[in-house]
Amino acid sequence: MALDLISLSDFRNHAHSELSGTAHFNLLTGENGAGKTNVLEALSLLAPGRGLRRAPLAELARGEGSGGFAIGASLRDGSGEPVRLGTFVRADRPNRRLVQVNGAEASAASLAEWLAIGWLTPAMDRLFTDSAGGRRRFVDRLALALEPAHARHAARYEAALRERNRLLADDAPPDPVWLDGVERQLAEHGSALAQARGRTIAAIARALAGFPDEPFARPALAHAAGGPTGESDLAAALRDSRRRDRQAGRTLVGPHRDDLDVVMAGKGAPATICSTGEQKAMLIAITLAHAELAARGRPGLLLLDEVAAHLDPLRREALFERLRAGGAQVWLTGTEPAPFAAIAGEAAMWTVEGGTVTRR
Amino acid sequence: MASQEIENLASALARLPGLGPRSARRAVLWLVKRRETALEQLLAAMAEVKDKLVECPVCGNIDTRAPCGICADHRRDARSICVVEDVSDLWALDRAKLFTGKYHVLGGRLSALDGVRPEDLTIGALLERVREGGVDEIVLAMNATLEGQTTAHYIAERLEDLPVRVTQLAHGLPVGGELDYLDEGTLAQALRARRPVG
Repeated sequence: MALDLISLSDFRNHAHSELSGTAHFNLLTGENGAGKTNVLEALSLLAPGRGLRRAPLAELARGEGSGGFAIGASLRDGSGEPVRLGTFVRADRPNRRLVQVNGAEASAASLAEWLAIGWLTPAMDRLFTDSAGGRRRFVDRLALALEPAHARHAARYEAALRERNRLLADDAPPDPVWLDGVERQLAEHGSALAQARGRTIAAIARALAGFPDEPFARPALAHAAGGPTGESDLAAALRDSRRRDRQAGRTLVGPHRDDLDVVMAGKGAPATICSTGEQKAMLIAITLAHAELAARGRPGLLLLDEVAAHLDPLRREALFERLRAGGAQVWLTGTEPAPFAAIAGEAAMWTVEGGTVTRR
Repeated sequence: MASQEIENLASALARLPGLGPRSARRAVLWLVKRRETALEQLLAAMAEVKDKLVECPVCGNIDTRAPCGICADHRRDARSICVVEDVSDLWALDRAKLFTGKYHVLGGRLSALDGVRPEDLTIGALLERVREGGVDEIVLAMNATLEGQTTAHYIAERLEDLPVRVTQLAHGLPVGGELDYLDEGTLAQALRARRPVG
């Protein structure tokens, strides 16, 4: 199963680009700003959501274009008719993303029935060294792909947390019965949130446990819970910390304090003190393991933006080996073709320059 | 370009929920063409409502009588009170003519962020109605939102020591709904609220 006959019209800096004759490995090379990542972004929009840059729709149409844009691709599975997937925005309704499956209008959510798309971008490189908030968002994105109810629990938990903090910040002592009501919701949605994160992290950790420590750095993952993960325990912990939280002016216990602990297996060192290359390798390993879990029988697509840059030849070789064994179609970008020499024989390759794509 | 008076009417109508300037202008045009009939009727009906409009001192419903038609109706079961957030919820429930008891309108929902506190709602009056006696059941019919459910929990706790049964509307599978199309949150609620058959 793979995408082929891909077309981009008036998308970012691409007036009209077509990519056909795709393979398991697909490589886009070109200078910075040529429009390589834009192709990956276009592919990422064949999934529900805002794509790999999380950009607003208004940003996506080409400046000198009509104001709308269109992305199309055919999904073929060897036998039978290919399925044509398309997403577009019309110039007269720039804030509405439309989706077509085989020419018939469909919901954006329905795209997820056809494809599972995972991606890794340089923006995620600082995941281990940045704030815990960034890691929670990362884990939530992974969890959401496995458990769709996660988004609702997260939204309700956030809302209840704001209510509780507001109640605690009041000059007058907060009404304990009111706090009970808010904390009950916090406990219900917070425990669901924390448990889903825990399950997601555990599932990825199990998938990674089977890989060797060398040559490709293997991360060992653990969920550092910011509070009890059971509903009644969390409710009790919240009740117990009312006085402390009131002094602090915020809630000090609960899944909004969760973190993702990553240690480089074999070395036993926390990811934060590992080298840039080792961190990148671990991030790739997590992304690949999650993509396998999230595919659940659907054809997969992996969009790996500038992943070769920080890896030495040995690690690159190991990465290609792993990608070759996986079921997902792989899309890679790089400024130069040289680091990809090992897959040159089997990859479909394009040069991207000024928003124009040329087959090599 | 219409005169200032007509523009004033259009801009007043445009503020009605669901209307907006374009629909308001259309409504005004329709009304001025029927000056003697529809406009006259509308004026009279509005004046009458304006003169007689009262909030029911018992339940908080909006009516032209006090107590309201529902509270004054002796065929209704006074032992059962359904608590709702707003008058619109009361009207929605009563349109269905399924609930045969009486109502209590809270006038909103608890929200620390919006500054709506328990004393801003008619919770005290509700407790008073229960304390006066003759009430067996309180049906909490709050919205299934965060604030609605917090409010329901708050009222349930405040009623705890009073001799009254407290029930809550069920959440889950909508009538005619197909499982395949439901979100997981709704499915989880429905599963949690499952009950024995027969």
